[in-house]
Amino acid sequence: MAKKIEHLLIPEHTKISEKEKKELLERYQISEHELPAILLKDPAIAHLNAKPGDVIMITRKSPTAGESVFYRVVKLE
Amino acid sequence: MEEYETGYFYKKIDKIVFGMESPKIIKKMAAVKVVTPELYDKEGYPVDGGLMDTRMGVIDPGLKCKTCGCNLKECTGHFGYIELARPAVHVKYVRPIYSILRATCRSCGRILLDEKKIAFFRAKIRKVKETHDEEAVMAAVEEAILAARKVDKCPYCKVKHGKISIEKPTSFIEDEKRLSPIEVRIRLEKVTDDDCELLGFNPQAARPEWMILTLFPIPPVTMRPSITLESGERSEDDLTHKLGDIVRINQRLYENINAGAPEIIVEDLWDLLQYHITTFFDNNIAQLPPARHRSGQPLKTLTDRIKSKEGRLRHNLAGKRTNFSARTVISPDPSIALDEVGVPESIAMKLTIPERVTSWNIDYLKKFVESGPSKLFGANYIVRPDGKKKKITEETKEQLLEEIQPGYIVERHLMDGDTAIFNRQPSLHRMSMMCHKVKILPYQTFRVNPAVCHPYNADFDGDEMNLHIPQTEEARAEAEILMEVRTQMISPRYGLSVIGCVQDAISGTYLLTKDIRLPREKAINLLFAAGVDDISRLPKKAELSGKEIFSQVLPADFSFEGTSRLCKHHEKCMKEKCENEGYVLIENGNLVCGVMDKNNLGEESGLLLRELNKRYGDEALKILERIFKLGVATLTFRGFSSVISDMDLAEPVKEEIRKLLDKADADVNTLVETYRRGELEALPGRTVQESVELKILEVLNKARNETGKIVVNASSVETDDLVMVKSGARGNFLSITQMAAFVGQQSLRGNRINQGYDGRTLSAFQKNDLGSRARGFIRNGFKDGLSPAEFFFMGMTGRDSLMDTALRTPKSGYLYRRLANAMQDLKAEYDGTVRDSNNRIIQFKYGEDGIDVSRSVAGKVDVKKIIESVR
Repeated sequence: MAKKIEHLLIPEHTKISEKEKKELLERYQISEHELPAILLKDPAIAHLNAKPGDVIMITRKSPTAGESVFYRVVKLE
Repeated sequence: MEEYETGYFYKKIDKIVFGMESPKIIKKMAAVKVVTPELYDKEGYPVDGGLMDTRMGVIDPGLKCKTCGCNLKECTGHFGYIELARPAVHVKYVRPIYSILRATCRSCGRILLDEKKIAFFRAKIRKVKETHDEEAVMAAVEEAILAARKVDKCPYCKVKHGKISIEKPTSFIEDEKRLSPIEVRIRLEKVTDDDCELLGFNPQAARPEWMILTLFPIPPVTMRPSITLESGERSEDDLTHKLGDIVRINQRLYENINAGAPEIIVEDLWDLLQYHITTFFDNNIAQLPPARHRSGQPLKTLTDRIKSKEGRLRHNLAGKRTNFSARTVISPDPSIALDEVGVPESIAMKLTIPERVTSWNIDYLKKFVESGPSKLFGANYIVRPDGKKKKITEETKEQLLEEIQPGYIVERHLMDGDTAIFNRQPSLHRMSMMCHKVKILPYQTFRVNPAVCHPYNADFDGDEMNLHIPQTEEARAEAEILMEVRTQMISPRYGLSVIGCVQDAISGTYLLTKDIRLPREKAINLLFAAGVDDISRLPKKAELSGKEIFSQVLPADFSFEGTSRLCKHHEKCMKEKCENEGYVLIENGNLVCGVMDKNNLGEESGLLLRELNKRYGDEALKILERIFKLGVATLTFRGFSSVISDMDLAEPVKEEIRKLLDKADADVNTLVETYRRGELEALPGRTVQESVELKILEVLNKARNETGKIVVNASSVETDDLVMVKSGARGNFLSITQMAAFVGQQSLRGNRINQGYDGRTLSAFQKNDLGSRARGFIRNGFKDGLSPAEFFFMGMTGRDSLMDTALRTPKSGYLYRRLANAMQDLKAEYDGTVRDSNNRIIQFKYGEDGIDVSRSVAGKVDVKKIIESVR
């Protein structure tokens, strides 16, 4: 398994559970394809052992809000 | 497919296939076979089988189309066709023909790829078709064609492939022998449907051989109408001229072939036919002389109609024009209201507003008709209830006055108070188009209050603006509710007022609230000039302070706390006891302490304005207008002027600055010496040369900053220049320093001036002189005057910055346009997410913090303040 990339320009990527994913889709009343996508081969999630359909939570530093969370669904291509 | 009660069927379009016209289709859709280039007979009627045959549609209002029986307005026209005696190449298809000829066998017509490769490319193209867009498909096709081109022997019939080239514009050469369009067509016919796919063709919609014309479609008469000149002479459209040429040459070609004329003559005529057909499609082919009128001007043929700025797309489809609009130069008028626009009388008499006559307003409207079209506040037209429009002239106006009755519409001139939409391009944000009230004024320019220049980004160096007059009650109501200047005060970009005090208004309010004291009568004069007529709140004193006068323009229940530009940001704020007047406090409409300056009144910064808008909403604009006019009146009353001796410095101060400069010079020289000796240590990540430059810049900048402090402290009195700087109306301390003391270092792209002769900037200096003077440091101020070398350096940086702005403006404009187009239908939903038109999430929380900037103060929401205000 790949090592996590530690770099100040790469924010924290974490995989959320199936349950959390369901809640997320429920909260925004959306289906999976309406989420922003991230490629499976993206180096930032190489260490997460993700598979297509997983949702990645990204915690970014934000100039307006201090910290903001973002979700992206893993896609093969 | 769904069927609704209307009985209509609604289907969703899945796809549209574009193809080429096959000869079969050309023949099928044609209403006429054109056989003669003649247009009209002796009586002036269109000839049957001619180019103006009425079966192709009519352009005469009296005639009926022979194909559909409709008249001019109903019939869109029908195509005709001619049979070409010899086939001709379609210029617009020369490229694809060329690539097919190169990729297919001369003998059997198969693509020059073996079975294995065909299978490979076919699979690849099919896969790309499913997953990617058309562009990617074409790229895959291009790959296949490229592979086929490299083969020089047909894998099927083993015939050697010839070398094919284009002889522009429409001939093909194979091994130095010219291929006639007939030969080309035969080859294209041989290409199998299966191979078509690899060549990027859909054989159902576009067979390759259709790129060579055998039948020629004649466009309907309706798209090439002739015009009758005043002399009764008919003038034909350029397309008709061109078609006449084609038909005529085609006839001659037929005759010559049938008569068995020599091959050379036939070839010549064939070439001529090809030329006419080519120029019919495109008259701007580089290798061909354009076909011309007898007058020598080139014919406008099909391509010209579509292409470029004057073409159908950009001129007629993308570009719209509007009536009831005006455009002229703008000029300032601080005495009109912020939401007014001064309209020249000459324009007011051209623009009209329709008003329906009722029994209540008939007398009012009759007055307009009575004034006629050439007097201000008159009317230009009346419209009868049956829709007939009648022009009002001096002669007809008496009669029309009699005729007019309820139900009629009078198109009256523009007058004071009418609603208008005012606009300046580029219309980048919603404040670029705002609704103003018309004020009719003499002279020829639109008058704008300088305070509303900022949202339009307008100035008066020759700017022009547009005015639109809404024509219906509905349109006016919409404009007033959505676009009134007062509703546009707060920018949705940064949550502050885009409209504020500028120039004199800032200097004026600053002076007024700082130290002016006035006798009561003069104070009342000032307030009256600002539009305040209720002076009941004015303290009953013989002499009033500026703060007391200023308080009169504020609402009586308004309270505010803030800081002015004079605030020194002390660790512990002295509040009311602040000696700099840095603390601004307004209690119940009374300015208790502090001065009014750009911090609170300026555009893009006025916190007081933001607060006013929050409290009083749309009323805030009127309050701002009073503040603005009070400022201007104060300045007008007090007088405001500048003199060259304002920039004089006392001798001891001059001496001090001189010493400072000498010291800086000495420091620079020491640095250079150290560098020359090779003892200078490089800064991290820099070369030694870069380091010495940086250090020199640092020394010189420090000198300038210190001088700035000396100059500011040296002025014992507050001159009017300093008032402008301190209040934030214009200029800064740096510009004062540059005038009074010295200009400082000139820099080109972040470095000291370094270019010119070998090792030196100007021949007046020694080679390799790295001292301050030789590298663009200006020791003199603008008042004392620059030395020739200094002047030259300044000219260098001046031109550089001029170039820079000239080049940057269009670049950043285009960048903005691309962003605006890319993001135009993103929308913030009620749940706080930003989504596109497919409901896909772009941002989970608008702006990541979910704040509606237009309801914030500078993008922030001060929760503490809100709680405080509720308590």
